Amino acid sequence: MLEQITTILRNYKDDQSLEITEETTFEELGLDSLDTVELLMSVEEEFSVTLEMSDEMKSVGQLAAAIEAAK
Amino acid sequence: MSLRIVSLGKGIPAHRVSNDDLAAFIDTSDEWIRTRTGIESRYVCRDESLTDLATAAATEAIERAGLAPSDIDLVIGSTFEGDYLTPSLSCCVAERLGTQCPAFDLNAACTGFIFALEVAAGFVERQKAKRVLIVCAEMMSKHIDWHDRSTCVLFGDGSAAVIVEPGEALKYISISTSPNSEMLSLPVGTGNSPFVHHGKTKGFLAMEGQKVFKFAVNVGAVELSKAMSALGMTPEEIDYFVLHQANKRIIDSIRAKVGQPEEKFPMNIQRYGNISSVAIPLLLLEMWESDKLKSGDVLFLSAFGAGMTAGSCVIVWG
Repeated sequence: MLEQITTILRNYKDDQSLEITEETTFEELGLDSLDTVELLMSVEEEFSVTLEMSDEMKSVGQLAAAIEAAK
Repeated sequence: MSLRIVSLGKGIPAHRVSNDDLAAFIDTSDEWIRTRTGIESRYVCRDESLTDLATAAATEAIERAGLAPSDIDLVIGSTFEGDYLTPSLSCCVAERLGTQCPAFDLNAACTGFIFALEVAAGFVERQKAKRVLIVCAEMMSKHIDWHDRSTCVLFGDGSAAVIVEPGEALKYISISTSPNSEMLSLPVGTGNSPFVHHGKTKGFLAMEGQKVFKFAVNVGAVELSKAMSALGMTPEEIDYFVLHQANKRIIDSIRAKVGQPEEKFPMNIQRYGNISSVAIPLLLLEMWESDKLKSGDVLFLSAFGAGMTAGSCVIVWG
C-alpha cells in the first residue's frame, strides 16, 4: 500500500525522486489543506474506498491506516 | 428546449479591495490568498445597496437588448438576502425599473443562476412569460466574519442580470440537492422573541472547507458526465466550461478530472472573488464583452452551493 501511496504522491508533487515513509507528514511534503483533499480523492479512486475528512490525519502512515479501515 | 440568452448586464460596487488591503487588518498575505484561492481582489459595497447593484445590472441588460422594462414578463431574483427579507430583492428591482410584472426571489445559494434558468425555462415553455429577467445579486460582505481570515478573503459583492426569451439554445439543464445544512451555512438567528427557549443570534457564513472542496470537485465532474451522457456528447465538443468561481483550485481540480485544456476554463475569480450565484452570469458577460464568445459556441455551465445544491446546463451561444 505504501508503494501505491508513494506513486500517487510522486505524481501529485511531480517529483519521482520523492522519498516517502509511513512517518512522512503532509506538512513535510508541503501539502496544504486543499492539497490533502485532492490527495485523499486520488487515494479514494485508487483504492475504491471512501475516506472521512479529518484534521487528525497528518501522515502517510495514518492515511494508510484509514484506507485499511475503510476497505 | 425552450430558451436562449439575449442580453446580460452587471452591477459592481465601486470599492475594490486587494489582498494587501486585507493583510492590513487580518493575519494573511497576498501570497497566501493567491496560492490557495486564485483571488487577487474583490469589490465590496460602501455606499451601494444590493438593490442599487441589481437595478444597475438589470438596466444594463434591458438597454443592451434594446428593450424597455415593460417588455419584461417576469423577474426572478437569485439571492439569499436582499436589502429586505421581505419584500424580495426582485420586487425592489421591479419597483426601480417601473415594471408591473410578477417578481420573486429564489435561494439556491451559489447555484441560484442555474436554478433560476430552470424556473425561467418552465415559465417560457408554459408560455406564461416570453421575456424573463434573471437578476443574481449578493452582498457577501455583510454575511462574512471579517475577523475570520479563512472565509473573509474568499468573497465579494456584485450583481449580474440575464434576459432570456424563447429559443432553442438550452440543450440540457439539471438541478439537484444533496441535503446538508452543516457543510456551508449562514444562520439567521431567532430575533428577540420573549417566548424562545434557546435564542440564537444572527451568525456569519461558515463552511467546512475541505468537505466543500471535495463536494465541488466531485459534483462538477459528475454533472458533466450526466450532461454528456444525456446529449450523447464528449467534453471535447464543449467550447467553454463556465464554472462557478469559488476557488481557482476547485476549477483546476475539475479540469484535471475532465482532461480538457486550460483555455476552455475561463476565470474571473482573481478580480471578483466568489460572488455566489452572480459568478457564472458575470463571467458570461465578460466573455461576451471581450468577444470571446462566438455564435454557435457550446457552453457547459456548472455550479454548486450551500444546500448542498448543484446544477448544470449546456447552452449554445447566440
